Amino acid sequence: MVAPVISARGLRKTFGEFVAVDGIDFEVPPGESFGLLGPNGAGKSTTMRMVGAVSQRTAGELRVLGLDPDTHGPEIRSQLGVVPQDDNLDTELKVRDNLIVYGRYFGISRALCAQRADELLGFAQLEEKAKARVDDLSGGMKRRLTIARALINEPRILMLDEPTTGLDPQARHVLWDRLFRLKERGTTLVLTTHYMDEAEQLCDRLVVVDHGRIMAEGSPSALIRQYSTREVCELRFGSERNADAAARLEGLADRVETLPDRVLLYTDDGEGLLERVARLGLHPTTSLVRRSSLEDVFLRLTGRSLVE
Amino acid sequence: MSQTTPSEETLPADVREMVAAATAGAVRPRRFGAWYIAEHQLRQMRSYGWTVVMSGIGSPLLYLLGIGLGLAAFIDVPVASGPDGPVDYLWFVAPALLASAAVGVTTEEFTYTVMAGFKWRRIFWGMNASPVSPPQVCAGLVIAVTARMVFVCVSYYALMVLFGAVGNAVTGLLIPVVGVLAGLAFGLPLLAFSAGISDDKGQFAMVQRFVFTPLFLFSGTFYPLATLPVWLQWIGWISPLWHASEAGRALSYGLGPGAWSPWVHVAVLVVMAVAGGVVARRVFVGRLRG
Repeated sequence: MVAPVISARGLRKTFGEFVAVDGIDFEVPPGESFGLLGPNGAGKSTTMRMVGAVSQRTAGELRVLGLDPDTHGPEIRSQLGVVPQDDNLDTELKVRDNLIVYGRYFGISRALCAQRADELLGFAQLEEKAKARVDDLSGGMKRRLTIARALINEPRILMLDEPTTGLDPQARHVLWDRLFRLKERGTTLVLTTHYMDEAEQLCDRLVVVDHGRIMAEGSPSALIRQYSTREVCELRFGSERNADAAARLEGLADRVETLPDRVLLYTDDGEGLLERVARLGLHPTTSLVRRSSLEDVFLRLTGRSLVE
Repeated sequence: MSQTTPSEETLPADVREMVAAATAGAVRPRRFGAWYIAEHQLRQMRSYGWTVVMSGIGSPLLYLLGIGLGLAAFIDVPVASGPDGPVDYLWFVAPALLASAAVGVTTEEFTYTVMAGFKWRRIFWGMNASPVSPPQVCAGLVIAVTARMVFVCVSYYALMVLFGAVGNAVTGLLIPVVGVLAGLAFGLPLLAFSAGISDDKGQFAMVQRFVFTPLFLFSGTFYPLATLPVWLQWIGWISPLWHASEAGRALSYGLGPGAWSPWVHVAVLVVMAVAGGVVARRVFVGRLRG
């Protein structure tokens, strides 16, 4: 069996009375793309900080690359690439210099830093911005630069905390494409996100986290199979009438969820269900049949929507 | 919680390989981490290099010209004495100006730069995610600022010699060292204070107005401390600026009547710097590893 690069057992972190991470277990084998999916405040970033060896655990076992982060922080961090939630690039330095100074923290020679910086600028599609000021970059470019910076030490594990939060759809797709290439090259990715589409795109396997606990674990498709139906009908009757309509729809689908703005019907045959709804004499203002997503898994597991 | 390193022999080959790579990867950062941080900070100073050069050369030039040609020519009464009687006013005031220039550097670098690192640009958090440790981040910043102070103090001293503002130019060579020490004695406690601030609500402007300026005015910079009423002299006794000025004067023209041994002044500066450094280091660790 291949040894995992990260293994956590009963991992726990408290801040005073507040329990941020409440005894979680997971393992990440090398080369896997592993995601922590959950709403804001679920304990994802705290978990990332413990794995990143910058925050001591309160209890439990944690091994990263076979070492204990509490005693071998510098050793572990020398093998990680970290993309934080908030950019912390040095805006007083030029784009390329940001990569070079960062590489130096790992004890990499200036010449090798410069060589890798040029390669990474290519990878991040920022060659033309090498001499630009960081402040002149767009949000998506800054993220790409942060990812390039995290790769300067050729890390075994790349950790990304909410990598595309705040980016426009096009910038997100460019970023996903870059991350997908890393995944193809065999880099282990550990990422947190509260976007289900991101998790579906990038993760081989993920855990759904809420209130510091793991609610479910599996590949995106397995989780959807296990916790949701193949298709979902989204019906809107107007915010006043959604609840009434939902009551009449009960029993028609495998499961009915009433949200403030719409009713969700879980079924394996969306079109067939729509016909039956019409036969009941119910006429939603809009109706939509779509595939189940991780959003539905999360709703099922927690009774709450991921992005609120 | 196990605190031990897994023993080599019992581990599977792939784990052993991971551990070996990680161990090798941390050797240089563990040893030189602070210097890498200093390298970054010095690169950053280039972006305001003009300010660094001007404060290093321009302002001493102005002070020495203004005081040497203006004020000193105007003052007839002997202000201070060395072992051989009264000394030039410029001799008296120059070591104090040098020390206050070093302290001035720290009122910029150990305030706004620290705030930028933790909050505005968050670069300390980036350093924190690398193999470099929080005490090394703190030490690296101190090294870079010390380098800037060395530049300021050495160029100040060169100009002092040029203006004939030093009694003994050989023992005087130690005046820049005392100046840097003054900067650290004032700056490291300030660094500890700044590193603990999470929101700038004008605290740094207050430090400038209510700490640095009074020290500059009441530390026997322009006239002997003994001229002040006793109830104001305590400002001098706790002021790194006064201790550095007095030590600098002793190095320039020797001990006047009633002067303390320069070693006492240097000892006070060292104690202040070390105490400030210890607290600053703790604040950095607490904040970055909280």
